[in-house]
Amino acid sequence: MVLAGYRLVVNPPRGPLGWWMVALVAAASAACLWWAAIGTKLSLADLIEGLPWIGDFLGRMLPPNLAYMQNLVRPAIESVQIALWGTVLGVVLALPVCFFAARNLSPHPAIFHAMRQVLNVMRGINEIILALIFVAAVGLGPFAGVIAMAIHGAGMLGKFFAEAIEEIDQGPLEALSAAGAGTAQRIVFGVLPQVLPAWIGVVLYRFETNIRVSTVLGMVGAGGIGFELISSMKLFQYENTAACVVVILVLVLGADLVSSKLRAMIR
Amino acid sequence: MIEIRGLRKSYGPDQAIKALKGVDLEIAAGEFVVVLGPSGAGKSTMLRCINRLAEPSAGEVIIDGMPFASPGRRELRQLRRKVAMIFQQHNLVKRLSVLKNVLVGRMADLPGALTLLHVFPESDVALARHCLEQVNLAHKAEARADTLSGGEQQRVGIARALAQQPKIMLADEPVASLDPKTSRVVLSYLKKICKESNIAVLCNLHQIDYALEFGERVVGLAAGEKVFDGRPEDVTQEVVHRIYPGLDDPHALGAARLLAERRGRTAGETPRPAALGRA
Repeated sequence: MVLAGYRLVVNPPRGPLGWWMVALVAAASAACLWWAAIGTKLSLADLIEGLPWIGDFLGRMLPPNLAYMQNLVRPAIESVQIALWGTVLGVVLALPVCFFAARNLSPHPAIFHAMRQVLNVMRGINEIILALIFVAAVGLGPFAGVIAMAIHGAGMLGKFFAEAIEEIDQGPLEALSAAGAGTAQRIVFGVLPQVLPAWIGVVLYRFETNIRVSTVLGMVGAGGIGFELISSMKLFQYENTAACVVVILVLVLGADLVSSKLRAMIR
Repeated sequence: MIEIRGLRKSYGPDQAIKALKGVDLEIAAGEFVVVLGPSGAGKSTMLRCINRLAEPSAGEVIIDGMPFASPGRRELRQLRRKVAMIFQQHNLVKRLSVLKNVLVGRMADLPGALTLLHVFPESDVALARHCLEQVNLAHKAEARADTLSGGEQQRVGIARALAQQPKIMLADEPVASLDPKTSRVVLSYLKKICKESNIAVLCNLHQIDYALEFGERVVGLAAGEKVFDGRPEDVTQEVVHRIYPGLDDPHALGAARLLAERRGRTAGETPRPAALGRA
């Protein structure tokens, strides 16, 4: 295609259909999105119609009730504590699994696939759902939140730990084998030094995510500031809700800041 | 003494690809043997079959009268303790200190539980430091391995091999990724250690001139078979063509020989200590 001295330098897609394939995929994508839009009742008109109500809601929230914040200090701290132990226990659960879930260290392909599936199941269930289950099991309160977070987190941490192991340079491992080192020695001296920076990064990222999650766990009674958020809304005390949102924002931004600072320090 | 008898290695579907077709080799203690051969001739495969990083299809490796026909786990560790390896890409653990990389050479002999906590017997640490002195890197013991230059990293690789107190060192193209000056320094250290510690060295090389200069004995491999085994002086143009079939450079040997002789005249058989330690 040449136009006014310019040429489109793009190879036609491979395959017998060429550009028709692109057209086909585009049409299929559009149809799929249209179908989903109907399902979700996507409507710009509704949004515009609803704008005054959003304004009304925001009006009731503002100004945030700063006096209420003193009641939020304890729940906020509890949220951080949940995130802390949720992360630690997640790491503890993920560590023994990750070596078997790494293709290059797993003793057998069957074990590798089985461990990957274990991690997938753990990761597949949302924290809130897990929290509902554990609230029923160990009772209302932050401990249920910690367990829920640990299990979901272990699924994610284990996967990323294993992927970091798969990306290491095999050379040093081979050198350790050639020197007659055993499996444990190979892991401690050949694998861990190579994966540690990546692992620390993943753990910090998980902690950051856990802070965000811990702010909503309270909605199902699993401890933290989410409980205050949901109860203030149910009591139509929107200024208090706004105060909760402000505290949550501070927590999330703080966690983000700390974690990115720490991650920059490892490099 | 190291004996290799009828070493064969085939792989692929139906074992169709024959990398080694029955190689016999005897190496005396303290002998510096250079293996020449084109890429794919089976040089690496031969070394890797000796320490069983690759499992030979047939044949045996006898070290100090001990045959390792099909070693179990424990025998494998015993074998590997006696056979050290030096790699083209040095294969150091980059984020560990130089000293710990050398201590890797001691691991087969050490109690597992303590080493996992990075605790080593005093005598082994002293030995590791001594090995670093042998390659003039004692002052870098505490540095992280990835802060060293390529040549220095390969010297750490030699120190790690030496720390095993092996009977034989296998060097798989140890200078292939180094510049000429650094290459000579590394090969000089390797030969010095071979002679001083009376350790046999089996060294794969791509450079004919280095083979003639450093080798006491040259083994030629082509297409999985030993096509030459003799002194460097006996390497003729015909031998070079046997090792590198189809090589269309009639001056390859002459140039290599000229280089090796000139170096021999100016630098002496073993390089002076002043030449070591740099690079």
